[in-house]
Amino acid sequence: MLQGWVIIVVSFAYLGLLFAIAYYADQRADAGRSVIASPYIYSLSLGVYATAWTFYGSVGRAASDGVGFLPIYIGPTLMIALWWVVMRKIIRISKQNRITSLADFIASRYGKSALIGGLVTVIAVVGIVPYISLQLKAVSNSFTIVLQYPEIVMPAKIGAVPFLHDTALGVALILAAFAIAFGTRHLDAAEHHQGMVAAIAFESLVKLLAFLAVGTFVTFGIYNGFGDVFARAAASSKLRAMLTPLEGVAGSYASWAWLTILSMLAIMFLPRQFQVAVIENVDEKHLNKAIWLFPLYMLAINIFVLPIAFGGLLRFPGGNVDADAFVLTLPMAERQELLALLVFIGGLSAATGMVIVETIALSTMVCNDLVMPVLLRLRVLRLNQRRDLTGLLLGIRRGAIVLVLLLGYLYFRLAGEAYALVSIGLISFAAVAQFAPVVLGGIFWKGGTRRGALAGLAAGFLVWFYTLLLPAFARSDWLPIGFLETGPFGLALLNPQQLFGLARLDHITHAMIWSMIANIGAYVGVSLSTAQSAEEHRQASLFVDVFKRSGEAGGARFWRGTASAPELFGLLARFLGPASAETVFQDYAHAKGVQWPGGDLAADAEFVHYVETQLAGAIGASSARIMVASVVKEDALTIEEVRQIVDEASQVVAYSHQLEQKSRELEAATTELRAANERLQELDRLKDDFVSTVSHELRTPLTSIRSFSEILREDPKVELAQRRKFLDIITKETERLTRLINKILDLSKLESGTTEWHESPIDMKEVIESTMTAASQLFKENNVRLEARLPQRVPRLVADFDRITQVIFNLLSNAVKFCEAGKGRVEVALAEDNGFLRVDVSDNGPGISPKDQKVIFEKFRQAGDALTDKPRGTGLGLHISFHIIEHYGGRIWVTSRPGEGTTFSFTLPLVREAAATDAV
Amino acid sequence: MDNFEIKGQRLVALSMLGCLVFNYPILELFNRAGTILGIPVLYAFIFAAWGLLIALMALVVEARDRTGR
Repeated sequence: MLQGWVIIVVSFAYLGLLFAIAYYADQRADAGRSVIASPYIYSLSLGVYATAWTFYGSVGRAASDGVGFLPIYIGPTLMIALWWVVMRKIIRISKQNRITSLADFIASRYGKSALIGGLVTVIAVVGIVPYISLQLKAVSNSFTIVLQYPEIVMPAKIGAVPFLHDTALGVALILAAFAIAFGTRHLDAAEHHQGMVAAIAFESLVKLLAFLAVGTFVTFGIYNGFGDVFARAAASSKLRAMLTPLEGVAGSYASWAWLTILSMLAIMFLPRQFQVAVIENVDEKHLNKAIWLFPLYMLAINIFVLPIAFGGLLRFPGGNVDADAFVLTLPMAERQELLALLVFIGGLSAATGMVIVETIALSTMVCNDLVMPVLLRLRVLRLNQRRDLTGLLLGIRRGAIVLVLLLGYLYFRLAGEAYALVSIGLISFAAVAQFAPVVLGGIFWKGGTRRGALAGLAAGFLVWFYTLLLPAFARSDWLPIGFLETGPFGLALLNPQQLFGLARLDHITHAMIWSMIANIGAYVGVSLSTAQSAEEHRQASLFVDVFKRSGEAGGARFWRGTASAPELFGLLARFLGPASAETVFQDYAHAKGVQWPGGDLAADAEFVHYVETQLAGAIGASSARIMVASVVKEDALTIEEVRQIVDEASQVVAYSHQLEQKSRELEAATTELRAANERLQELDRLKDDFVSTVSHELRTPLTSIRSFSEILREDPKVELAQRRKFLDIITKETERLTRLINKILDLSKLESGTTEWHESPIDMKEVIESTMTAASQLFKENNVRLEARLPQRVPRLVADFDRITQVIFNLLSNAVKFCEAGKGRVEVALAEDNGFLRVDVSDNGPGISPKDQKVIFEKFRQAGDALTDKPRGTGLGLHISFHIIEHYGGRIWVTSRPGEGTTFSFTLPLVREAAATDAV
Repeated sequence: MDNFEIKGQRLVALSMLGCLVFNYPILELFNRAGTILGIPVLYAFIFAAWGLLIALMALVVEARDRTGR
């Protein structure tokens, strides 16, 4: 079934499907319901990194040096981890400045310099054309191979194809049509091509599935799993060495490291990657998922590369079959027609995806940064007077797409056969790596100047051209091959592949080392020895400090001059078309709350900046600058003024940081104050409670004293026995009053620290026994049992006998209060415990709730509900005890569970006196 | 320091870890004959380390915002 017409029909059906998807996505975008606003689509669209080079070439490279192809996919994994910091910044800058391409980005950073934009464009086109030709070659080769089915013959053996029957040309033209249809449909200030992105994401899926399918077939269909393939490879003497391919720090390890670096840079600076990652990004947040999804895609598409490579080498041992074609020839050799067709489509999708995005990105660059700046400067054309330039702009872009594709085709026809797929791709990688210093330097270092960037780019490009592209030409017989062996004019030191005698490196590593030295050296060196203009300084500060400024108005602060709204409208209408310009103006007027047209739309700095940014979205920053300057009267700012504005801005930022800091401190202080205030209010409430409790306590005895005194005074005939009884009560109540007042006085002394302590060596056992005797009457009255568990002897300690007695008495009277008459039982225990004496007073009362346990030692606190329970004490006893024990460096605490009784315990240190003496 | 910055720093650290692991001399340790589960040691190591690195990156990125927003 693999006749030519079947393949052609299927290919066209596939491309038709792409058109349909792109068309549908564009329709949805126009209707405001974007299909690409998803991190998954974004991650898949990044998969445009995997081209035909990955699809066919990885296996080719793996078949020659084992793991040598992997750095090209591991590098992006290492780089994308840095995207959180780096790419987010680039995306933010690009959105604020309406950047339309990589060239625009670099030109914009270095003072909107048209010269830099042009240079970047030239480097990109020269560097990428071989890469595009590589895709055409892959499609054409795979088509030729499939056509030979069931024979397996390499295209090189078939001989020259007549020009008109060349599939590569046909492919190039169809792809040009696609790129024109979806890349230059209309001019859009946001420069999004949603249809293209949707198609690319779909292609990423197709190529992944196709590769996984053929990988699974080879690994599990032809062989019995990974282990089997590798075991057979290990058994072959020729293949065994590839299982441990790395050797020599200057050899394959250096290649490995430099390939990693190269691909780290390529994933950011290939024009198509910049296009999908930055320009087509619709939401910065999509980056988050892509950071791990995209590496996962890379991993998945590489899992089967080694098994296919070994499988191919084992299956076609003669070397007649190109390893680049194993992916296709293995299923063909096994008579799997459908699979072969799927592989062909997978390869087609890998190639077309790359070519479409790359040509669209390059055409934007060529139009905005190469052709337009020149046309606008040519006064002969009188472009300034043309009413509508949108047609011209689109025409230039379409022309650029066709031109780039034809250049790629030409390169393929003339030079394509000299190299394997991987080598051509790497030459392109090395070219775009030259953008890294000026971009990365540009977004993190304000010091880079326009001349520095020009010098760096030019130096890097020249070295690349000399060490990589010229040798490639030489191999294609465009230059005498002797040039590679002996150097130009027989000067061995200038040998392009062993520059200054640096030998033993592969030519990519060699070229990268020299070009990076030249590039970074010139960029930094010249930047440090030249001054920035006002425009450069302003752009540098806008780029580097992008996160410190808010909104697009950042650039407006740097502009002074006069302009009129109708003139600006005329300008915008010429490039965007009147309808789009109308929308842009109305959006702005709406945001400002004024009328357009007819209203008083002020053409102030902010508005001029707004218009310039919108225009930059269509024609690039440097052209937009020229055009806006032509219709407004500007007062040029001096470098000093720009510096001042930048400094002011950074001072404002610093102030606002300080303010934030201060307000945070204030907030903290307020919280503390509020807590303190709450505490004070609580204490105040407690004091009120206390006063009422004490008043109550005081009033009860006072009332009875007074009433009995009155009886005695008014009725002299009271019997003697009665009289004595009354006097007894009066005396007792007076004593109670005295006790209460004493306690209060005691507490105030304790708290103010004016208590006198009469210290002497005391025997704790003695203290407990005497206190128990004193309290025995109380226990008898309440019908509660009192028991003691005391050791024979305990060491003496130094303390105030009366105070400690007071503590124990407090605990005992406290216990008895909460015990039920008849059943109640209180036990006192004494023990020596690790340098402390410990006293426990346990009862079998109702227990104390955990909530109350926490506060029971506080002043005026009593267990139980203050509202419903009758107070059963002054609430001072425990607090006083706490102070006394604390004074002696001991600890007092309570353990209790509701319903299971309560144990109050305290400890006193035995060595207190000794320790105190030591301390002095 | 907010959560956003912490994630950024963790990712930078992971990237550095990757540069270390996929380079001389760590690779040299695995560049020898022998197999793990039938797969040559070097291949097994590279793919396992790669997968692990991606998993760690996913963990860092997808970690819940600790500020509870």
